[in-house]
Amino acid sequence: MVRFGDMSQPRLVESTLEFPYSRTLGPVVGAFLAGLREHRILGIRTRDGKVLIPPLEYDPQTGDALEELVEVGPQGIVGSWTWVDDPTSKHPLDRPFAFALVTPEGADSAMVHAVDAGSIDRMSTGMRVRPRWRAEPHNMIDDIACWEPTS
Amino acid sequence: MAVTDIAVVGYAQTPSSRRARESEVQLLVPIVTEALQRSGLDRREVGFTCAGSCDYLTGGPFAFVSNLEAAGAWPPISESHVEMDGAWALYEAWVRLQHGDIDTALVFGSGKSSPSIPAEMWAQQLDPYYLAPLGVDPASLAGIQARALLDAGKATERDFARVVVRNRRNAKDNPNAQVAGDFSVDELLAAPYVRAPLRKHDLPPVSDGAVAVVLARGDRARALCERPAWIRGLDHRIEVHQPGMRDLTTSASTTLAARKAGYDGGPLDVIELSSTFSPQELILRDALGIDADSNVNPSGGPLAANPVMATGLVRIVEVAQRIVEGTASRGLAHATGGQVLQHNLVCLMEGD
Repeated sequence: MVRFGDMSQPRLVESTLEFPYSRTLGPVVGAFLAGLREHRILGIRTRDGKVLIPPLEYDPQTGDALEELVEVGPQGIVGSWTWVDDPTSKHPLDRPFAFALVTPEGADSAMVHAVDAGSIDRMSTGMRVRPRWRAEPHNMIDDIACWEPTS
Repeated sequence: MAVTDIAVVGYAQTPSSRRARESEVQLLVPIVTEALQRSGLDRREVGFTCAGSCDYLTGGPFAFVSNLEAAGAWPPISESHVEMDGAWALYEAWVRLQHGDIDTALVFGSGKSSPSIPAEMWAQQLDPYYLAPLGVDPASLAGIQARALLDAGKATERDFARVVVRNRRNAKDNPNAQVAGDFSVDELLAAPYVRAPLRKHDLPPVSDGAVAVVLARGDRARALCERPAWIRGLDHRIEVHQPGMRDLTTSASTTLAARKAGYDGGPLDVIELSSTFSPQELILRDALGIDADSNVNPSGGPLAANPVMATGLVRIVEVAQRIVEGTASRGLAHATGGQVLQHNLVCLMEGD
């Protein structure tokens, strides 16, 4: 008879999931993230003249291929927002902050990002914010470390 | 031509719980058996099997394969899987039945949130360059959506609380619910925010659970069930992924799916919505043109039990069950996927 090990104790199996590939980000996302290194925020113009941020390779409404990158910002306006009192370990800030829809000047859509306002009392829809740049850029969306109130 | 002779003829679901002791497949085995027994269909007669679940929840690639144990996949069966809510597994089975060569299908959806940290895990389903690195969690996006409703003057925080009070009260009659009871609006509004303007009760519970459905077509459905819940229309539509590129206070894809499913605005005896956060019930009612006094979420909905990957299919079962039992003649079920109502499915059902 085949006997297995001690079945009365739970068995711990550790495994690490990895995605060990490097990816080229293409002409639009790549250009956007490269722009952040130079403290430039790039949107993309649709055929009807609107500027989408964050830039996409295709117009989500029409499917048109898009290629005309347009600099927007750096200041932006907060659309809707929510206050995070207890950040998770995956959030960009380790203290209470807001997640917000930020529309950089010159753009016609908004990007989700963090606003470091210190207190919920400093947050309001329509407030003006500016990017706080990450000290050592690493080609990720958090090269904008967060946005902060201009006043 | 619309296909209208495919019906729900069997169903079963587990109670929703914060932490099930059973594995996902152990949750599924008894309810798959129960759904088949209810319909009187032998397991070997099932023409097609389709499941909905999420490998990210389990934490292992191809974790969904082990769920097939519940279907009894030997000798080999014809089956498929969607990395989506079980409502989309039902959609695939509904399409498969239209081929005409089979007349029965088994569908199930299952999810265990308890082993993971859902707020951190779900950020991984978002755009990998613009959103996932920021760890944007579902409740934060729902908070942004909620404030957009407030700013647009379409709702108040009191409206959100009213939704919660009604759903939790309804859930008292649902043995599968996880959160139920009598609460007052003022009592709820006194609670602190977790993602202002949302309070904890505006969020769904963290749940483990599973649900199974048996579908049959035409005369086979009539033979298996005295009063089949006929699927008169089924459609799903999706919107742009980036939350800042659409109006979060409406659900255009729900409106379109309902129209394509053939919903004509007529009376409904029961409506079950996947309103995972309380403000979403207001948005979905508006998108579907449903009156305030309609019978929405008599089960308590996702605010009372949210076994993700089963939640949407549970809505279909809640409507189907009332039709099969004869307490409803016409009902509408809604399922959602993605973030803040990005992707929506509408299922219109009727009894004979």
